[in-house]
Amino acid sequence: MAGQPLIYARGLVKRFGEFTAVAGIDLDVAPGEAFGFLGPNGAGKSSTMRMIGCVSTPTAGELRILGMDAVHDGPRIRARLGVCPQLDNLDPDLTVRENLVTYARYFGLSRAESRRRADELLEFVQLRDRAGGKVEPLSGGMKRRLTIARAMVNEPDLVLLDEPTTGLDPQARHLLWERLFRLKQRGTTLVLTTHYMDEAEQLCDRLVVMDGGRIVAEGSPRSLIETYSTAEVVEVRFPGMPEAGARYAGALEGVGKRVDPLPDRVLVYVDDGDAALAEIQRRGLEPSSVLVRRSTLEDVFLHLTGRTLVD
Amino acid sequence: MALRTETAAARVVHPTVAVLERHLTLYRRLWQASVFSSFVLPVLFLLSIGIGVGGYVGRVQGVDYLSWIVPGVLASTAFQIAVGESTYSVLGDFKWVRAYHAMRATPVEPVDMVRGHLLYLVFRVTIAVVAFLVVVVFFGGLHSPWALVTPLVCALLTVSVAAPVTAFAATIDHDSYFSLLFRLVVLPASLFSGVFFPVEQLTAVLRPLAYASPMWHAVELCRAATLGRAPAWPVPVHAGYLLVWAVAGLFLAVRAFRRKLED
Repeated sequence: MAGQPLIYARGLVKRFGEFTAVAGIDLDVAPGEAFGFLGPNGAGKSSTMRMIGCVSTPTAGELRILGMDAVHDGPRIRARLGVCPQLDNLDPDLTVRENLVTYARYFGLSRAESRRRADELLEFVQLRDRAGGKVEPLSGGMKRRLTIARAMVNEPDLVLLDEPTTGLDPQARHLLWERLFRLKQRGTTLVLTTHYMDEAEQLCDRLVVMDGGRIVAEGSPRSLIETYSTAEVVEVRFPGMPEAGARYAGALEGVGKRVDPLPDRVLVYVDDGDAALAEIQRRGLEPSSVLVRRSTLEDVFLHLTGRTLVD
Repeated sequence: MALRTETAAARVVHPTVAVLERHLTLYRRLWQASVFSSFVLPVLFLLSIGIGVGGYVGRVQGVDYLSWIVPGVLASTAFQIAVGESTYSVLGDFKWVRAYHAMRATPVEPVDMVRGHLLYLVFRVTIAVVAFLVVVVFFGGLHSPWALVTPLVCALLTVSVAAPVTAFAATIDHDSYFSLLFRLVVLPASLFSGVFFPVEQLTAVLRPLAYASPMWHAVELCRAATLGRAPAWPVPVHAGYLLVWAVAGLFLAVRAFRRKLED
C-alpha cells in the first residue's frame, strides 16, 4: 500500500454540455497528506471534488481513488470516504445525534457501533451538550462541525472538505481549523477546496492553484510563495488613486522585484521591506499609507492569473 | 488499514434498510400529525358517507352501502398516503433538505433510496389499513375472511402508485407541478375508480379511464375480498396490472433519482 497514491488522476476532464469545468488535470495525493485546491469561484474545484467523491462521472481521463476505479467502484470507494459538502445537507427534523447515527447506518454499521461512534464524534466536535437537540437552531459553525463529525462516522481513509469554512465568522473558522488540524495530526488524509489563502496556508501540506479548470501551479504554500512571489510585500497607497495609480507605479519601478498596480493600492514585491521603505522615502514619494507584510498565497494567485482571489 | 477491515466486517445492515430507518426515525417524531389524515379521516368518511348517504342509497350490488363502500375507502386511504407522501417530501429531500445528496456520498445507491422510501410507505399504509379494518369490524362491514388479504392488496397499490409519483417528484424542479398532479390525476382517480359508486354507472366514454387507473383494480380486489365474491375481472389480471405499474414506476423512479443526483 505504501507509495500508492490515494488519489491518482491523469488528464481528468469534466464538461457540462458546452462548458468545460475541469480541463484536463493530473493529481497525486499521498496517504496522510493535507492537500488543497485553491482558486476563485468557478475554477473547477468543486467539480473536481465531486469526481473524487464518486458522485460525478468524469467526461474523460483516468481517476483512481484508494487504488480503485472511480467510475466502476463508486460504492466501494464511497464506503471509505468522508464528505463534507459545500451546501449543508443535515436532516433538520432529526436530532444532532440522530443525524450521526442515521448516517452511520448508511455505511452498514451496527446500531451499537453507530451510537458509540456518534457519541465519540460529538465529543470530538464539541457538540455533546447539543446531542438531543434539533439541528435547526445550531449556528453555522456548529452545523459545519456536525457535518464534519458525520463525515468521520465511517472512519474514512480520505476526507473531502468542499469549502469547509465559507460563510463562517472568524471565531467559528478558527475553531473548525483547530479540529481539522487535529484530524491531520491523527494521520487522516484531508483534501479540501478553498478560496481563502489563509486557510490553505494553515491546513495544507501541498496545494494546487486552479484557474479556468486548469492547474496553474503546484507545491507547498511556502514553496509557491518562494517561486511566484517574494518574501515581503509593501502595500503603498497614494492620494488620488486609482487615476494616479499608473504614474505612481512607474515611480516605484525598481524599488522591488516587481510592481503591481491595483485599483486602490500599489503592491511592491521585495525581499527586504524595510530597505524598500527607505528607498521609497529617498525617492521623495509621499504615500498616504504604507504597509509591509509577509507574502501570501493571494500574491501567488495574483501573479499567476493577474486577478485577485476574492472579488 | 486495520480500521478498514473492521469497517468492512461490521457491515450488518443493507443500505435499503438504512434508508427505511431514516424515514422511520423521522416518522417517530412526526407521527401524531398523520393520525388524523391516515386514520381518523377515513373513519369519519365511512360514518358520513357509508351511514349518512347510505341511509338514502339503500343497497348497492346486493349489499348495504356501508359494506359496499368499505373496500373503496380502504384502497382510497392507501392511495392518499402513497401519493401524499411521495410528492412534497420527495421533492424536499432533493431540493431543501438535500437528504438524497447526503446519501449519495455514502454507499447508498439510488435504487436503495427508492426502495427504502417505498418500504416506508408500505409500512405507513399497512398500519392505517389495519387500524381501519379493526374499526370496520365493529360496524359489520366485513363479510368474508378474505378481508385479511386487503392489506396485501393495499401494499401493492401503494407501490404501484407511489413509485411513478416518486419518479415524477424526482423529475420536476418546482412544487407547482404537484397541483396539476392533484387536480388532473389524483382527484379524478379518487372519484371515478369505483370507490363511491360502481364504474358501470360511468358513461362508456369515461369507463376506460377507470380501467386504466391502478386504483380501480385495487378497489375491485379489496371489494371482492371483503364481500367474499369474485372481482370484475380475474384476480391475476387485476394484480398483474398493479404489478406492471409498480415495476415500471420503480424503474422510472430509480432512473429519475440517478439523473437528479448525477452532476
